[in-house]
Amino acid sequence: MRWLACYLTTGKHMAFYASFGTVLLLLAITAPVALLFGFGGAMAARSPVAPLRWFGKGYTAIVRGVPDIAFFLFFVIALDQGFEWLRHQALCPDWDQPVRQGNDFVVCDIAKLPLSSAPQWVHETYGFFLAVLTFAIVFGAFAANVLFGAMRAVPRPQLETAEAYGMSRRQTFWRILVPQMWIYALPGLSNLWMILIKATPLLFLLGVEDIVYWARELGGMKTQVYEYPHPDWRLYYFLALLVFYLGLTKVSEAVLSRLTVRLSHGQATMAGEAQRRAGA
Amino acid sequence: MNKLILSAAALALTAGAAASQDVVRMGTEGAYPPYNFINDDGEVAGFERELGDELCERAGLTCEWVTNEWDSIIPNLVSGNYDTIIAGMSITPERDEVIDFTQAYIPPSPSAFLAASEDIDLDTAVIAAQTGTIQADHVASMEGATLVEYATPDETVAAVRNGEVDAVLADKDFLAPVGEQDPALMLVGEDVALGGGIGLGVRESDTELKETFDAAITEMKEEGALNPLIVKWFGDDAETW
Repeated sequence: MRWLACYLTTGKHMAFYASFGTVLLLLAITAPVALLFGFGGAMAARSPVAPLRWFGKGYTAIVRGVPDIAFFLFFVIALDQGFEWLRHQALCPDWDQPVRQGNDFVVCDIAKLPLSSAPQWVHETYGFFLAVLTFAIVFGAFAANVLFGAMRAVPRPQLETAEAYGMSRRQTFWRILVPQMWIYALPGLSNLWMILIKATPLLFLLGVEDIVYWARELGGMKTQVYEYPHPDWRLYYFLALLVFYLGLTKVSEAVLSRLTVRLSHGQATMAGEAQRRAGA
Repeated sequence: MNKLILSAAALALTAGAAASQDVVRMGTEGAYPPYNFINDDGEVAGFERELGDELCERAGLTCEWVTNEWDSIIPNLVSGNYDTIIAGMSITPERDEVIDFTQAYIPPSPSAFLAASEDIDLDTAVIAAQTGTIQADHVASMEGATLVEYATPDETVAAVRNGEVDAVLADKDFLAPVGEQDPALMLVGEDVALGGGIGLGVRESDTELKETFDAAITEMKEEGALNPLIVKWFGDDAETW
């Protein structure tokens, strides 16, 4: 018992417990950012301006088509190199060596992001934000497609009525279309949210240590080199993760179903109509 | 006044550049005991941690430890996310084309097979190895044997334990303690000599860093400081210089 108490409070276990916070923080930041990207993407895809429309459609089509793991392995390195290259151009104009030397990507020291002299937590935070950005781009593309569909699902007569009242295109969009589309988007968005919850192990590809990484690391067999040698305990760690993920799913479902009820209110859908009758 | 601020900023920038020269980020896997692993405090530990710290001290560098998945350990080095790979990486001609190695700090050491039963015919067995290792290359070249690759060393051993594969091929220094700990597993067959020893990986363009570490390794070898460290982590039977 005493052994277990000591074992469960080692520095490594503390890092494991903290990683639950990392995952929740990632979800809390990524979800709204991805929704914003999605909204922007959907708006661009319906734009009357052709280049903007191409951009919106291209974004959703390309990002949705690239496998996540390829995206996470290569896009992030490219993104990081892109940032460093921009800083390199700005900060070291008199650098005479090429940036690409064979396989190597070399920028001047002060263009490094973060600086290699920066403390470890800066590197970790930077990695975390790269992760948020990448997740937001990937899930934003899916969200864009969902929202694009939802915008088209709003009954056409609603928009015609708005036009008949003399509303401009912009007014129709913000006052009639957007408030009504959420109920159509919700099933798709809730699916995305559930997938996002489970996608966090991809974080380790970016060097962010998430709960699955730590569970695997802690559960793996430990030889005598370690302070607490033990056989393969991954099963127990993964069971703990299972409970965590199921709990998170359960909470999400409860929140989403309440949201559905609220969003149906006063809508020209079957659920909205049923609510109206029940109230009358 | 503006000029003063500007020159102060310039001074600060150059000072920053000078300081950043001295921080070397050491990339390792953290999953290959006793070479490198994450200890119970959540810190990188093992033979390579001790060696790396000693080398940095001798070379007058400040070192920072970073862990990275084995699969992407070379791409992240060449793109500059850290400056060295010190992760039990054997020196091979294929890797040498992409990155540079310092001289070896561990002499070529044998790889061994670990299995759940003594009477396994290695010539026709299904054998696990970690992806992108010299052991995986070796199994692939064994006629009759089937290679199954895993992302981490731990998973290769787990695969033997649950019967997915017949045996695993990995560095003997990694497998021997595993075999001692678990009575159900044992080393089988003959050891195979693979690779040209283990060295520090650096970017090809980073010749200065390579020379610094080379000098520090030579110094340790000459002083006889390296052998006791190898014996401490790998036991009395380990190959020494």
